Amino acid sequence: MAIKVNRKLSPIHEIYITEVVRGLWITAGHFARNMFGHVLGLFGAKYGNATTVTVQYPEARFPISERYRTRHRLLTHADGSPRCVACMCCETICPAHCIYIVAGEYPDRRIEKYPVRFEIDLARCIWCGFCVEACPEDAIRMDTGILETAEYDRSRMFYQKEFLLHGTGRYEQESGARRQTGGDTQ
Amino acid sequence: MDWTFWIVKLANAGFILAFTLGIAGLLGWVERKQSAVMQDRIGANRAPIFGLKLIGLFHPIADAVKSLTKEDWVPPFADRKLHFLAPVLSLFTILAAWSVVPFGDMIRIGGKTYNLQIADLHVGFLFIFAMASLGVYGVVVAGVASNNKYGLLGAMRGMAQMIAYEVSFGLTLLGICLLFGSLQLDDIVRAQGTLIGGWLPRWGILLQPIGFILFLVTAVAETRRLPFDTPEGESEIIGYFVEYSGMKFVVFWMSEFIAVTLAAALIATFFFGGWQVPFLMADGFHFPGGATIALPHALVVLLQVAAFSLKTLFFIWFLMLVRWTLPRFRFDQVMALGWKNVLPLAMLNLALTAVLAYLIRPGA
Repeated sequence: MAIKVNRKLSPIHEIYITEVVRGLWITAGHFARNMFGHVLGLFGAKYGNATTVTVQYPEARFPISERYRTRHRLLTHADGSPRCVACMCCETICPAHCIYIVAGEYPDRRIEKYPVRFEIDLARCIWCGFCVEACPEDAIRMDTGILETAEYDRSRMFYQKEFLLHGTGRYEQESGARRQTGGDTQ
Repeated sequence: MDWTFWIVKLANAGFILAFTLGIAGLLGWVERKQSAVMQDRIGANRAPIFGLKLIGLFHPIADAVKSLTKEDWVPPFADRKLHFLAPVLSLFTILAAWSVVPFGDMIRIGGKTYNLQIADLHVGFLFIFAMASLGVYGVVVAGVASNNKYGLLGAMRGMAQMIAYEVSFGLTLLGICLLFGSLQLDDIVRAQGTLIGGWLPRWGILLQPIGFILFLVTAVAETRRLPFDTPEGESEIIGYFVEYSGMKFVVFWMSEFIAVTLAAALIATFFFGGWQVPFLMADGFHFPGGATIALPHALVVLLQVAAFSLKTLFFIWFLMLVRWTLPRFRFDQVMALGWKNVLPLAMLNLALTAVLAYLIRPGA
């Protein structure tokens, strides 16, 4: 049973046709403007498609903010050793329990600890960025700009220390390829 | 009847088949692309063949390959025979309705003239009307055969809507038939070639402006597309073809697009002079000022067919524009509009036309 809604409409709106024509005029206007742009674009005009909002995703990307949280990376000292001191702050604060650290010690006992293993399970990560906030050494950041972390196998989403540090290792090739196709041409 | 007659008729049928099926195949791409252009998007532009994209024109081929290789699944609870029959009925009725649409004037071959029309029926207009009515069976049989409550709901909506609008569909066109004094479509188009006051083509829209608007509404309702797509209702009930997949679904889809093409062709035929080019007679242009340009017969025929195609394509574009602009009516609104607004207005239009046509008839 339809509910009867009483709206006060002026006679012009009651006829309905005028409003339909008004709507058609707007959409037809957009059509004409965009079609003009597309045709100009076919002949090589640079801003021919300026009115369209589409970003042709795999070839072009929408620029993301500097603060946007993307895939993690571990930072290194100048000599290439990890900044991480295995303090377990990130592992403790992680609400998804996706970080796993095994601490190790340098032979020189005056130097702080280092992570023997540092794993992030991206299948569990909720991208909250608490690990970055918690880190006292600025050793972990989420600023790689990599958003596409999908894999065919769950086991491939365990990101190991080597990869997080240098971007080398198991996933290096794929991510490199992704980055190349990405580019920042828009 | 000689053999050229059959060859010309077969060629006509071939042209209509190629025109309707070709356009229906392309409309799947046009619909995506036009909606994109209207909404400031780019739309389907992938599906490259050897790196050649051609603004996405290969998408219909990709669609065809996909639907031909897809499993044709008949649900175990469905009636197999009727399930097969429904898409056939839908496509057959709508293609049959095309057979009376004239797409050009006469063509002269070997001293004889042939109509550029598959069947020059004396009851052309009634034939279209009959085929549109039979099209309801495609919808109903699909809904009943699917044995699915959403399918049945869509079929019932479709049946009620099509029957409601068929009445107005006939009544709006009766005004035109009355003014041109014929039910034959080629007669109606030929009558539109004469001039009012020596300079204005006697097109249907000038004689029946209200009839045109009403016919536009009923034609969209008959094609069951937005804003009258309650039988389908994409976001709520999927409609009468909910249990169809693969090529059978594509046949429904094609018949919907051919219905759009037919609606556009009928608008052009009844209200915009069909294949008539303004001031173009059988032997060339005769402008109001007295200037004439003589043209060979083949060129005149070509111009007429081109004019018909262009007018049809324009109205397909227009119907697409309507489809991508207006939101869907609620089902009770569809019924109220059909029975309470369009039908009385169509009757009033017909009565007024009849009275005026009698009062200002030649020799009154």
